[in-house]
Amino acid sequence: MELDAAILSRIQFAFTISFHIIFPAITIGLATAIAIWEGLWLKTRNPVYFQLAKFWIKPFAITFGMGVVSGIVLSYEFGTNFSRFSELVGPVLGPLLAYEVLTAFFLEAGFLGVMLFGWQRVGEKLHYFATCVVALGTWISSFWIIAANSWMQTPAGYEIVDGRFEVASWMEVIFNPSMPYRLAHMLLAAMLTATFVIGGVSAWYLRKNRDQAFARKGLSMALWAALVLAPVQAMVGDFHGLNVKEHQPIKVAAMEGIWPEKETGAPLLLFAVPDMEAETNHFEIRIPKLASLILTHELDGELQGLKSVPADERPYVPLVFYSFRIMVGLGMLMIGAALWGLWLRRRGGRFESRPFLLLMTLMIPAGVISTLAGWYVAEVGRQPWLVHGLVRTMEVVTPLPAERVLFSLTLFVLTYSLLFCVYLYFMAKLVRKGPPDMARLEQHMIGVNAPGFALAWVKKLQHEVVED
Amino acid sequence: MDLALFYYLLLGFAVLMYVVLDGFDLGLGILYPWFRSEGERDHMMRSISHVWDGNETWLVFGGVVLFAAFPAAYAGILSTMYTPIIIMLIGLIFRGVAFEYRFKSHRSKPWWDKSFFLGSAVATFCQGTILGAVVQGVEAGQQGALDWLSPFSVFTGFALMVGYALLACCYLVMKSRDQIMARAAHLGRKLVLTIMVILVIVSLWTLYANVEIRARWFDGINFLLLLPLPLLSGLFGWLLYRDLDGEPHETRPFWLAVGLFILGFAGLVVGLFPYLIPHQMTLWQASAPDSSLRFLLPGIFIFLPLICAYTLWGYRIFSGKVEDFEEGY
Repeated sequence: MELDAAILSRIQFAFTISFHIIFPAITIGLATAIAIWEGLWLKTRNPVYFQLAKFWIKPFAITFGMGVVSGIVLSYEFGTNFSRFSELVGPVLGPLLAYEVLTAFFLEAGFLGVMLFGWQRVGEKLHYFATCVVALGTWISSFWIIAANSWMQTPAGYEIVDGRFEVASWMEVIFNPSMPYRLAHMLLAAMLTATFVIGGVSAWYLRKNRDQAFARKGLSMALWAALVLAPVQAMVGDFHGLNVKEHQPIKVAAMEGIWPEKETGAPLLLFAVPDMEAETNHFEIRIPKLASLILTHELDGELQGLKSVPADERPYVPLVFYSFRIMVGLGMLMIGAALWGLWLRRRGGRFESRPFLLLMTLMIPAGVISTLAGWYVAEVGRQPWLVHGLVRTMEVVTPLPAERVLFSLTLFVLTYSLLFCVYLYFMAKLVRKGPPDMARLEQHMIGVNAPGFALAWVKKLQHEVVED
Repeated sequence: MDLALFYYLLLGFAVLMYVVLDGFDLGLGILYPWFRSEGERDHMMRSISHVWDGNETWLVFGGVVLFAAFPAAYAGILSTMYTPIIIMLIGLIFRGVAFEYRFKSHRSKPWWDKSFFLGSAVATFCQGTILGAVVQGVEAGQQGALDWLSPFSVFTGFALMVGYALLACCYLVMKSRDQIMARAAHLGRKLVLTIMVILVIVSLWTLYANVEIRARWFDGINFLLLLPLPLLSGLFGWLLYRDLDGEPHETRPFWLAVGLFILGFAGLVVGLFPYLIPHQMTLWQASAPDSSLRFLLPGIFIFLPLICAYTLWGYRIFSGKVEDFEEGY
């Protein structure tokens, strides 16, 4: 088979961005959780909150580090692999990304140092402030990157001058039709991802009969969070779906596996094998009329199908179709787990029920997987367009020699595979090591009067004595 | 003022901030082979573990300013310099993750030392190579395989490694005590001499090879106007060499080294202006439409001063010598 540089570039971008999103998906929620615990500790002085904050800051730090290094790649990859795209839409997307760097990346980086290493250097209020700023930074960052992505899904506020995009209204560019839905959906996804990581790890401690007070608090808070977030996410997802149907009907058709030009009373497919050649599905398991009901709120509502556009304007259907089912399935599982937790809470025994704890442990990666699946629906579903309806992906790839892209892709696959194993290894190591015990925490207490500070001071004195 | 010109200056500022800040940061990695004990390496890494992330953010900032304000140059340079950029990014990944994993590892620590050293060295070499290739003027848009690799670009690659290592030595003189400080000062003196020789070679080489840059420097009164650049560089080099001698001055060497970098960078800009890609694309040809440039202005005027302020605040909190005990999270 002849190597195609364009395909390789697309694979490389998909691979590097998929790898990257894993880490922010975790850190956005984790930063928020750490800020909440640190705040609760300052308010109540209950040491369990401090223990939670101090433990989770470690996984947070390595996850954040992975996010940083894999993110830098992306800011250059537009230019290296999609040079025509960069030139074409740079005037629109460039400033959005510049704002992201100005308002979020620097903010996170500037206060991260104090958050991670400043416990003995600043007072506890200032430290809490630094933690909150880092959490805020992750949210602001989401805002800008989602604005940029949403513009590519539902472009607005632009005009084309001499074949290049120019901006007519920045408000319309930023708050484009799909942006509010996508932002809410992604932020909730990030919160849920962290929720299930925290809940799952806590459940693992409970299964091992370790660090009970710490793990109980963690699991209990995670379950409350899931109980609120998971159903809200289902609702927001539904609104988002309606928005997609309005602006990108073909994406919805791929998600639902609808082939006819128009279908009234479309069934919801629980399972099917979409066949792009034959333009139909095999092995359908269907619930009659449900897709129409969900998307149009009418039993006989009409939906646009894939055949309403030429074959070269359709995305790769199976990937969209399966990803969507994985995302929704995991979402339902999250709601189920949260409800089971609530039921056990009422009945007593949510910290003892072995099957429940096992389920929570197994669901540690549920958020990450469903976030990835959701992004595949959004991004693959937009193809063959890079900017929906305006710019075709294949037409704006850098005309590089295929071997060169193959070389870089190989480098990325090797590097990222290695690093992902390393990341999992160190995460597991941190979890096995467990939360810091209270005696150790005493040493780390923040503030000038804390033992930690005294320790630093004594060490410094010793140093000076030795020097003299 | 001309908006495109403003963004050109902003881009210069971002690049300079990156080169200085990540310079000492990457330089410490390059210095690893000269500091072999685990304690010394812990110490060196500890001195930057709270700032490396912020320092690298300037690289991202430089990238997005280029993307936002000069999309054509962003597309042209990045796609032409494909291979060195990708290798630089991979290098940055390996040295970046070493910060997190090195302190948490036992058996694998030597591997993270290698990862930190090699990652820093390779990333720096690639940056120097890219710089050299841009100055030399590689055909943009023509993606020949190894255009970027020439004797000159390889030389600038190594030159930048020496430069970053010098910054790192001066940083260590400021942040450490006793043995490490003395070793850094000793090493720094050798590096000052090397970098002065390199500056002379690079300058002459560029003047010899590049007619336009030669014209810029020797056209009429220009030479007299520009004469302070080489003269000041010489003076800074000499002061730096003296300051690192005997009982080294603690903070001044670092600022002198920064001064050298600023002068070198100024010399570069003088030669290249107004081109973003030499002989091919000026900053006005590459610039984004006014609507984009204007939209970003308030963000820059509000946030850039804030960024500088809290970055400085961060450095102040961790000012003074590095303490060798666990202080982390």
